[in-house]
Amino acid sequence: MTEEQKSLAPADPKMTARDVKVFYGPKQAIKGVSIDVDMDNVTAFIGPSGCGKSTFLRTLNRMNDTVASARVEGTITLDGEDIYAPSMDVVQLRARVGMVFQKPNPFPKSIYENIAYGPRIHGLAASKADMDVIVEKSLRRAGLWEEVKDRLQDSGTALSGGQQQRLCIGRAIAVEPEVILMDEPCSALDPIATAKIEELIHELRGRYGIVIVTHNMQQAARVSQRTAFFHLGELVEYGVTSDIFTNPRQERTKDYITGRYG
Amino acid sequence: MAEHTIKAFDEDIDRLRGLIAEMGGRAEAAIENAMLALQRHDKTLAAEVVADDKRIDAIEAEVEKMVVEVIALRAPMANDLRDVIAALKIVSVVERIGDYAKNIAKRVPLVATNTRTMEPISLLPSMGQVAGEMVHDALNAFAARDPDLALAVVERDTVVDDFYNSVFRTLVTYMVENPKTISECAHLLFIAKNIERIGDHATNVAEMVYYAATGKTLPDRERGPDIQLED
Amino acid sequence: MSPTPSPAERLPTDWKSDAMRKRIARRYAAERRFHLLGLGAVLLSAAFLAFLLVTMMGNGLRGFTRTEIALKVDFPASPLLLDPQAITNEALANANLPMVTSAVAEKMLGKDADALLAPTAWLSLRDAIKADPTILNRTEVIRVPASTDIDLAAKSDGTPAAEAAVKRLKQAGILSTGFNWSFLSASDGTDPTQVGIWGAFKGSLLTMLVTLVLSFPIGVATALYLEEYAPKAWWTDIIEVSINNLAAVPSIIFGLLGLSIFLNFLHLPRSAALVGGMTLALMTMPVIVIAGRNAIKSVPPSIRDAALGIGASPVQVVFQHVLPLALPGILTGTIIGMARALGETAPLLMIGMRAFIATPPGGVSDPATVLPVQIFLWSDEVSKGFVEKTSAAIIVLLVFLLAMNGLAIYLRNKFEKRW
Repeated sequence: MTEEQKSLAPADPKMTARDVKVFYGPKQAIKGVSIDVDMDNVTAFIGPSGCGKSTFLRTLNRMNDTVASARVEGTITLDGEDIYAPSMDVVQLRARVGMVFQKPNPFPKSIYENIAYGPRIHGLAASKADMDVIVEKSLRRAGLWEEVKDRLQDSGTALSGGQQQRLCIGRAIAVEPEVILMDEPCSALDPIATAKIEELIHELRGRYGIVIVTHNMQQAARVSQRTAFFHLGELVEYGVTSDIFTNPRQERTKDYITGRYG
Repeated sequence: MAEHTIKAFDEDIDRLRGLIAEMGGRAEAAIENAMLALQRHDKTLAAEVVADDKRIDAIEAEVEKMVVEVIALRAPMANDLRDVIAALKIVSVVERIGDYAKNIAKRVPLVATNTRTMEPISLLPSMGQVAGEMVHDALNAFAARDPDLALAVVERDTVVDDFYNSVFRTLVTYMVENPKTISECAHLLFIAKNIERIGDHATNVAEMVYYAATGKTLPDRERGPDIQLED
Repeated sequence: MSPTPSPAERLPTDWKSDAMRKRIARRYAAERRFHLLGLGAVLLSAAFLAFLLVTMMGNGLRGFTRTEIALKVDFPASPLLLDPQAITNEALANANLPMVTSAVAEKMLGKDADALLAPTAWLSLRDAIKADPTILNRTEVIRVPASTDIDLAAKSDGTPAAEAAVKRLKQAGILSTGFNWSFLSASDGTDPTQVGIWGAFKGSLLTMLVTLVLSFPIGVATALYLEEYAPKAWWTDIIEVSINNLAAVPSIIFGLLGLSIFLNFLHLPRSAALVGGMTLALMTMPVIVIAGRNAIKSVPPSIRDAALGIGASPVQVVFQHVLPLALPGILTGTIIGMARALGETAPLLMIGMRAFIATPPGGVSDPATVLPVQIFLWSDEVSKGFVEKTSAAIIVLLVFLLAMNGLAIYLRNKFEKRW
């Protein structure tokens, strides 16, 4: 880690990554990235296409395991435990580190069932009444309750794009994760829906550690307190968001931010 | 520095800097002409300086408008943002410089009534020249985005301040010895003060150039001359 | 030689010139031709289908009817010796009903009565007595089936002698043609008037059941394994190629397989629905696997990602998300496979389901026959009466197919979830 990173390192990071390398077959996609994620600051990953920010994000909840040729080296810990150790249960890890994807992907079930599915498979609700409470709480926290409370049995796919994405966030929240990873959550949404999601991220901050990958620099500037700039698989610069966007240290960061990249 | 991927952004920035350069040039010319008019007691030249100031004001209005547009439409970041903000501030400072030159020119007719060569007048041109050079260098530093040149300008402010102190003492002594020239000497005092303020503003420009180039602000320095009155 | 104009010199395209107009007209003409060609193809296929249906209907509908003669039986006066109070199967068997029937018929219709009645006419008497023993005390009119010759003649297709007899009977008012319920309830027989489709139908049902029970779970499980769990190794490629080829293998080879393994090696009962089902399952499974794999492949990865992302285990992802979404496609493949299996004759002939089965099978291990084989056997018969029965059986087969397809489409629509 750079000196700058060390000086910014939170006292009690939720997740740490040290010298993480990711290979797809012979090709190296991530080249030795070290970073901390904490609960109080939303961290944004920015960078041009193909720079590895999404790949790195997916190592944090072991979603790269689903790709046959992917190989991960280095150490990533959650509350001090190595998440790639054989003793770590992947299924539980993914409940503790949730993910929201670029294209809203609600299950083809009712709104209620979408939210209830996660708690059900993890055994988080003892009765239907408990489940109702969980569903309402999750939908409220996702800012969707008022809009859907009268039609919980409607299909989740009948909602608008922005509502579907909030439903997916609610679904991730329902299993009470500790960290929420968001992979370009607003790419497919219109500006109003995007603004609602950004406001939601602001509200969720502190309760969940949030990492957001975005190719929209203005969004990273609005939403995050820490920003990491990725380029060709390396972590080029990491710092306080306002510093990165007003006075970045690295030439590559400056070129990307000011639109001189490429 | 590499070009922006969106070429129009570069064109906007170039136009902005071009306007500032033009404005700076006019301000420099105004200072030079005002001092020349003072030396030669040239009332016509002085009137021209006063009239030209309107053009400087017009450029300031145009630059302000352009800066707001660039911020809204291009969302500049990092050094681009600092450049644009610095441009906005510099332009208002240069407009003040222009105003001071105009004030000097306005006082020329009031000083030239007395055809007797007054000794203290001879000090002012060199003072004016230093101030003029400072403005010139500050604007060069802006054009080149050169923080070192800007720093040099800042340090030269003490020269102008020292000049002002000695002119002040000289004029006060002269006024005591030649009470009939008090009103003209008063004008000369004001002119000296204006030149000293021009020097200060040139320093302001240099500070903003430094910030735009490096992202750091210069440490606060003392402005204004030490006023030490002799008993 | 004029140089090609540089891009800057190219003139703007004239969209209204004659050349353009001609091009447009040609394009429209081509489109119209294509439309007409398509329409023609559809109409031709429809015509073939209509021809088949009309022919079948024409021949087969008659097979559903049967000519009957109303026999006035004076029971007390007849040579029948039966105690109305003691109607047991043994008593009935001892009563020699065939002789009684012949006697009564002769009395009523004359010396050639035997030729007029079907050989199984006495069964009608027996059924009537069984249903209501009190008729033994009085005279009752019992409808008995007429012989094949009379039946054909009544349908205007018989010999001149038979036609004359028909006229005579009709004048006497005792000839009638009605719906042949026994066609649907009886099994195979020697006399065309008495044969029924029920035995073959039940045989088909049982065989289909065995086929479904064997091929569906194995096929779906194989498809799931190949798509979700199998690593990308050389041996999975071989399995894939093999299954694809199996689907194209001629069905008679499966018959040979069934013969050599199930009958000769495992000594399973010959001609049983079990063996038939197993053989057809071998044939149907590759179709289900292929359709299943395509259906599973078409489930978008975003659904899997979403499920994995909230901590579902791979098994939960497969059974709670992928399978329900792939079910319509899997069902379609199953329908196709089962419809093909329903109509298969060659492999079942090889394993012996061509025997003459007079009683419907009781279970999967009883000897049975299936509808297509029955049709084949009847079409081979000499007697003219079997022609209409064959067509009638074909109609039954078609109805069975339609019902199966209908059920499957209903199921598929029920499971279809729009996403």
